[in-house]
Order: sequence, then structure tokens, then C-alpha cells
Amino acid sequence: MIRLEGVRKWLGGRVVLNGIDLQVERGETLCVVGPSGTGKSVMLKHIVRLLTPDEGRVYVGDELVSQAAGARLEKIRERFGVLFQSGALLEWLTVGDNVALPLREKTRLDEEKIQARVREKLDLVGLADAATRFPAEISGGMRKRAGLARAIVRDPEIILYDEPTSGLDPVSARTIDRLIDDLRARLGVTSVVVTHDLHSALSIGSRIAMLAEGRIVELGTPEQFIASRHEEVRQFLESQFITRRGEWERSGSHETGQR
Amino acid sequence: MLTVVRNLGRALLLLGEAVACVRFMFVRRSFREIVRQMFVCGIKSLGVITVVASFTGMILALQTGLEMRKFGQEVYIGGAVMVSMLREMGPFMTGLILAASVGSAIAAQMGTMAVGEEIAALEVMSINPVRFLVMPRLVAMAIMTPLLSFYSCILGVVGGGIVGVTQLGVAWSAYIDNASRFVETKDLYVGMFKALLFGVIIVTAACHEGFGATQGAVGVGNATRRTVIISFLAILVAGYFVTRIFYV
Repeated sequence: MIRLEGVRKWLGGRVVLNGIDLQVERGETLCVVGPSGTGKSVMLKHIVRLLTPDEGRVYVGDELVSQAAGARLEKIRERFGVLFQSGALLEWLTVGDNVALPLREKTRLDEEKIQARVREKLDLVGLADAATRFPAEISGGMRKRAGLARAIVRDPEIILYDEPTSGLDPVSARTIDRLIDDLRARLGVTSVVVTHDLHSALSIGSRIAMLAEGRIVELGTPEQFIASRHEEVRQFLESQFITRRGEWERSGSHETGQR
Repeated sequence: MLTVVRNLGRALLLLGEAVACVRFMFVRRSFREIVRQMFVCGIKSLGVITVVASFTGMILALQTGLEMRKFGQEVYIGGAVMVSMLREMGPFMTGLILAASVGSAIAAQMGTMAVGEEIAALEVMSINPVRFLVMPRLVAMAIMTPLLSFYSCILGVVGGGIVGVTQLGVAWSAYIDNASRFVETKDLYVGMFKALLFGVIIVTAACHEGFGATQGAVGVGNATRRTVIISFLAILVAGYFVTRIFYV
């Protein structure tokens, strides 16, 4: 579904992505984990061509995203929904208008249908009563959920999540995890989740990739990931108090990810 | 130097793209946004423009009148104030005020949107940020800056007239008669053209700097500061060349 081939990117004279080869299968949730500043968000931005690789290629299906432009790029991007780290809601629009924005700007749906779709998506993320509020009037967790409602309002095939649980309290974080997992289960969307919250990744990921110093150093199912003997993976797991699979299960984090 | 040329090129490309989007200005949602921006850019600046334009006219009349009084020619201040305001001071003062108030506000808003990934969000929704954000502001400023400039000219002339009558003993009818005798239609349209150009410069600089903002609040602050400086300099330089083209 999504394929990165030898992607290299330099930013500010520093190599951020150093030859990324990665494939995301249709209908799976791939979580990309790693410490801050290792290029996770940069990699995500390459998939929707917010950034262009200095070397390598990015495909979505058969389309070469890394060289697409104009109407072709627009068409490719219409297959995506993206949840940005901050929610990226437009501050001068209400939550409802933010969610309605892609429908108003990019479809010919009449206002009645738009409102129905907005209500449906806000209901899905538990924000049915926040439609008339402005982004500045709601909490960080609600902003992320509103951003998610906007990302899914056009029923995309692929959803990219950039740090969906960062800065949230554990309860809100698990709510977001459940939403991501529900979307995969109910709508069969393909998801790429960039996160440094390993509990979240282990809960929702079909596979987990670890990025360190611009390279994928580990890629596998949650079980394989936890069993990894790679030094950086072990350090990352231990930093979040996950040393063995049994401990992670006992922590209760796995509950949301039962499939 | 290379950076200046590169930034100028990018700003001109942005302007070109925004101008190409002007064909969508009568689409209902775009039109509504243009009207909203006309209110934000124009009507909200009326207060400060009223004060600055009135006092500019008054200062012009007082300084010119005091010198001309030495030769008994103070009756001609009407022409001096009218020509100065229409040709130079009206568009120039309006441009500087809008650069400081509207330009900085646009740069701060665009910069905040850029660092908050809102512009990236528009792009991935396949909503063209230039059409959605820049074009309405460009059209609004291209309409409102000449109108505000004309408004400031009228206030400047009225302010000059008040000084003429109260401080220099010039009859109101003589002042107005003199003001209309020396002015040409060309002064009006060159002044309006200058104002339009200044409006376009301000929006282009503000959006270009705002879109390029990085590194959080510091980046937004830098973008805002650069917008005001670039706009001031560009207004001065462009003003000189327009005057040279039309009057030399």
C-alpha cells in the first residue's frame, strides 16, 4: 500500500533519514517508534509529500508520490487523512466548521449532507456536543479528537497519525488508542502511527518499526518487537518500563489492543 | 545577497500564484472571506488612519504656511497640501500604517499557522493555502489600500484647511479653491496606483514571511519583524520609482 525505498533526507546539514526501506500493507496499523528527533515525523511527511526525499522514492499503491505534483498529487492526497501532533485545527473556525472544511472545499455535497457527516464523525470521536466551540475553548485531547474527526470525514483509505497521544493524560491517550483501533477494525483503514509512546504502539500496532539515527533498526509484530535483542530497542523498552512481554500484559496497556 | 534574491523570487512566485487564484474570488466562500478581510484590513484601521492623516495634513499646512507667510503667499497652502497628500503622503502614510498593523497581523497569523502545522493540514486536505489564505487577503488589501489612501487624502486636506483657517488666517473658500486649482486627475490615479502597489507589497511580504516561519514563537516573531521592515523598505523604494516613472 505504502512503500518507501532508500529514502534519504538531509535537514539543516544533518542526515535525518538515512536510507529508509519500509512497506506498509493494506489494512494494517504500522507504528513507528523511536526517541525524539530521530526523523519519525519527517518520514511521515514524506508519505504525503509535505517533504520530498533527497534520495529514494515513496509509493502509495502504484503512484510515485515523491515525484507527484499538481492534480495528481491532489488526487493521491485525497486518499489520506492526517492527524497532526497539535490537531492543526484552524483557530477561527468552530470544531464543526473545521471538520466540515474538507467537505465544503473539496466536494459538492449540500450543506445538509455535510452537517450530517460532521455530526456522525464528531459522534464517533465523542465530541458531538463540541461542534459549536472554537479550538481555543477545548482541551488538548479534544483538539486531537477533533483533528481525528476532520482526518476521517472523507472516509480515507489511509490515516497517518503524528504523535496522537503525546501530551495527553493516560485516560485520554487510551481513548485515542481505542479510536485508532476502532477505525482499523470497523473501516479497514491502513494506518501509520508515529509515536514515542510504546504502550500505545504495542496496543494498536499490527507491526512496530523502530527508527534510530535515521534508520529502521527493528521491524516486527509487537511480540517480535518485545523479544528483540537489538540494543537500542532494549534501551527504548526499558526506558518505558517494558522489559518482558509478561510485564507489558500485566500493566494493562494491552487491553485496548485485543484483536 | 543570494538569500535576498532567492527570497524575492519566492515572494514573486507566491504573488503570481495568488494572482492566478484571483479568478476564484467570486466563488461564494472566497467572496465571503474577501469581505471579511476587507473589514479586518480596512475598517479596523480607520481609527489610526483618521488620526495620522488629519495630523499629517495639519503639520504640512502649518509648516508650509509659516514659510509661505514670510512671502505673503500663505493662501497657496491648499494646493501644497492637496498635491502632497494625493501624490505622496496619502498613499505613503496609509502604506506604512497598514504595514505595521495589518502586515504584522497577517505575518503573525500565517506564521502561527505554519508552525502549528495548519498550513500543512490544508495541503494534505488538498486545499490550496494560497487560494484559501493569500488570495482573499491580497484582493481585500488591493481594494482597501487605495480607498483608505483616498480617505486619508481627504482628511489630510481637511486637517490642513482647519490649520489654514484657524492658524494662518486663510479663508476656507480660498483654501479649497487653491487646493482644487493645482491638482490634476493624474495625481489622483498615480496616488491610488501607488496605494494599490503598497497593499500588494504588504500582503506578499506578510504571507511569504509567515509561510516560511519555523521554530515556534521565536520564528513567528522574526517573521513579523521582517515583514514590517521589508514592507517599509519596499514601500519607500517602490514609491520613489512610481513617482519617477510618472513625473520625470
